[in-house]
Amino acid sequence: MENFSLILAIVVVTALAFDFTNGFHDTANAMATTISTGALKPKVAVAMSAALNLAGAFLSVEVANTISKGLVDETGIRPEVIFAALVGAILWNLATWLVGLPSSSSHALMGGLIGATIASAGTGAVHGDALVTKVLIPALAAPIVAGVAAMLATRLSYTLGKKADGKAAEKGYRVGQIASAGLVSLAHGTNDAQKTMGIITLALVAGGAVAPDSDPPTWVILSAGLAIALGTYIGGWRIIRTMGKGLTELEPQQGFAAQTSAATAILASSHLGFSLSTTHVVSGSVMGAGLGRKGGVVRWSTATRMLVAWCLTLPAAALVGALAESVTDLGDWGTAVVAVFLIASSAAIWKLSRREVVDASNVNEAEEPAGVVTTAIAAVTPPPSGTVTEDLTATIPAPATIPAPATTAEPATPPAAVRVPRTR
Amino acid sequence: MEIDWAALGSVLGVSLTVTVGLVALFTLGIMGLSRRERALAQGDSVTLAVTGAYVCFAGCAAAVAYGINLIMTKT
Repeated sequence: MENFSLILAIVVVTALAFDFTNGFHDTANAMATTISTGALKPKVAVAMSAALNLAGAFLSVEVANTISKGLVDETGIRPEVIFAALVGAILWNLATWLVGLPSSSSHALMGGLIGATIASAGTGAVHGDALVTKVLIPALAAPIVAGVAAMLATRLSYTLGKKADGKAAEKGYRVGQIASAGLVSLAHGTNDAQKTMGIITLALVAGGAVAPDSDPPTWVILSAGLAIALGTYIGGWRIIRTMGKGLTELEPQQGFAAQTSAATAILASSHLGFSLSTTHVVSGSVMGAGLGRKGGVVRWSTATRMLVAWCLTLPAAALVGALAESVTDLGDWGTAVVAVFLIASSAAIWKLSRREVVDASNVNEAEEPAGVVTTAIAAVTPPPSGTVTEDLTATIPAPATIPAPATTAEPATPPAAVRVPRTR
Repeated sequence: MEIDWAALGSVLGVSLTVTVGLVALFTLGIMGLSRRERALAQGDSVTLAVTGAYVCFAGCAAAVAYGINLIMTKT
């Protein structure tokens, strides 16, 4: 650890920050249905999920660097590229959290990596095939697989369990739901905390602090596990509300069916080598469970907004990653500008979120929040395809002008905007 | 570019079968329990219902154990 340069330290801290956003972004996946059906109290649910995420981080040390391997050429990776990628991923995670939409953290990370790599090494360094087979197909397949399974399971459970009522049944469904939600949390800990460990290790290798092909050092495992657990415990209540109440109303039976199908699909897919995003799986299974009950209603407007967010995740994070990379390319001060920009925008997004607070106390109130959220959605919804770039420049950099250090944040955007056409 | 239809298909198949199977098993267990509730209220025998329920739940527990095993041995 002698040659632990400043940029490496920055990358490690940023990676842990991403891990943290990943945790609170994805709490909803494991716990939204458990919270909305009342199987667990909100605070208890996130605490349990956090503990299991932490445990999951230690379960297997075999880190699969799936994020970087195959998708981009590792040779072009410098710590700055990883830093830029993380900036893109974090900002996208925060922006989607602000509008309360679940979106895949892994897609955000991959998008950031792709964008940063393109800006640094050109389009040739990204493998288009891998992009389609590893990202697009699974993203389409995940909600369908989990949705169909959850729908059939819900239907079956209502037909079979007609005579099941009373206290015993209620308690039973609660326990079942908690068990399957715990399984999802554990799987999430192994998958997503491992991704961050992989990223940090990759950065350490790229920066020459660790020998290539070495296992992640213990402090990396420990800090990544703690970061994701802390994020999970803080809880992305906005996303939990959308997932648990916004999509459909769930009864305990449906919650159990949804969570079981999600856990099964996640484990089956990762075991069979066709990894599906946890977020997509859970969203699909919640919708499926909603459709499976007679008289169950799925709010397609919410579903559509989620779909739009999914389509935007990769290009949006890629764009921010590319911009960030072109700025860090300008030299050390460029990296500093990006770092300041990241902190300023995160602070601005957090500030915006305080206008309409969602926390453990009001997470189960079904009403759609107005104000910030609706306007932000209005900005995102209209163009489902094509005009991604315009959309993003309209939504993401905007906060940079709001916060205090306007003098430092301001130069961040102009050079970036100028550089884009050249790097493409 | 080749799409791994086999992997995709097996994920779909396994997810469907296991989910539906597990939920069915669990629902049967729940039914056993609520039958016990009713039987107790009427003073009938409860052995069969309770045994059935516990067999079902044992199956579910085994599935969860297998799931944890999958998570731990994943490479």
